[in-house]
Amino acid sequence: MKKVILATVAGAVMMIQAPLAMSEEVASLRGDNNLDVEAQMFEKKKQVQVQGGIKRSWDLQPPSIPHDIEKDRVSLQENTCMRCHNKENHEKEKAPEIGETHYKDRDGKTLTKLSSRRYFCRQCHTPQADAPALVENTF
Amino acid sequence: MTPIHKKRVMMGFASMTLLFGIVLGIILWGGFNWSLAMTNTEKFCISCHEMKDNVYQELQETVHFTNRTGVRATCPDCHVPKEWIYKVKRKIQASAELYHKMLGTIDTKEKFEDYRLTMALSEWKRMKANDSRECRNCHNYVSMDLEKQQSRGADQHDPHVWDAMDGKDPTQTCIDCHKGIAHHLPKGWEEAAKKAGL
Repeated sequence: MKKVILATVAGAVMMIQAPLAMSEEVASLRGDNNLDVEAQMFEKKKQVQVQGGIKRSWDLQPPSIPHDIEKDRVSLQENTCMRCHNKENHEKEKAPEIGETHYKDRDGKTLTKLSSRRYFCRQCHTPQADAPALVENTF
Repeated sequence: MTPIHKKRVMMGFASMTLLFGIVLGIILWGGFNWSLAMTNTEKFCISCHEMKDNVYQELQETVHFTNRTGVRATCPDCHVPKEWIYKVKRKIQASAELYHKMLGTIDTKEKFEDYRLTMALSEWKRMKANDSRECRNCHNYVSMDLEKQQSRGADQHDPHVWDAMDGKDPTQTCIDCHKGIAHHLPKGWEEAAKKAGL
């Protein structure tokens, strides 16, 4: 009987404690603020321009964009990134040309133009801001 | 009727005609100028949904609408010449736009996109032909501080700035490079512009 009571009490304590412990571990990015309190605003940072480009962190990393892209638009009708980064203009504009892989379609055939699978530049390439990391990163 | 009396009547008639002419002139000329000014406002331009729903929305994303200091270009600043004779010429051409408004040539988003290339090409042609006159109402090579521009832009502007300083004719005009800065670009614009020599 004693054992049963002990087990029940232990179970109850566990049941109360477990969620408490978990909620301490999983803190949301917005902090411990209540929902009716406004979270602290992050300081606004401009996209940076880096002369000579940003070094890759690993071999096959899509290069980061070393300039601001606020004025650039990518849509069904237009892709303003390709005004400079295409085959014809990149030399004149002193911009790197898009990689070879960007001309290949899904069957491995080489096209003369940017392949549609690579059309949305910002899926892989992103501009950078000179700001501390929001989350610690040991990569 | 004595001759003096007749003369007086004639004088009265002449001065009445003159007065009437002056008043009519003021009303007509004033009315003409007033209507020119009225149709030269952004409010008038975006009273048509074709302009309000398409190009005006696109303008709002750009630096010509929103920027650090809040200086702002409105539709007529770029699309209607400031000088009188060119302004009237453009206004007369605009009657074609009224005709197409009645036809409904671009009254849906899809129709607008289909027609965008034609419209863009004609505007680029106009700007190239007048050496981007409307850009130059505000932008001036001689006043450009290349130090404050980004290196790429500064490099490209540099020869033109020196040409302008020396009073030489420009070899290139703004619209040659700066297409699609205030509105979205039409599909296939690059090939079409090359073909048209723009």
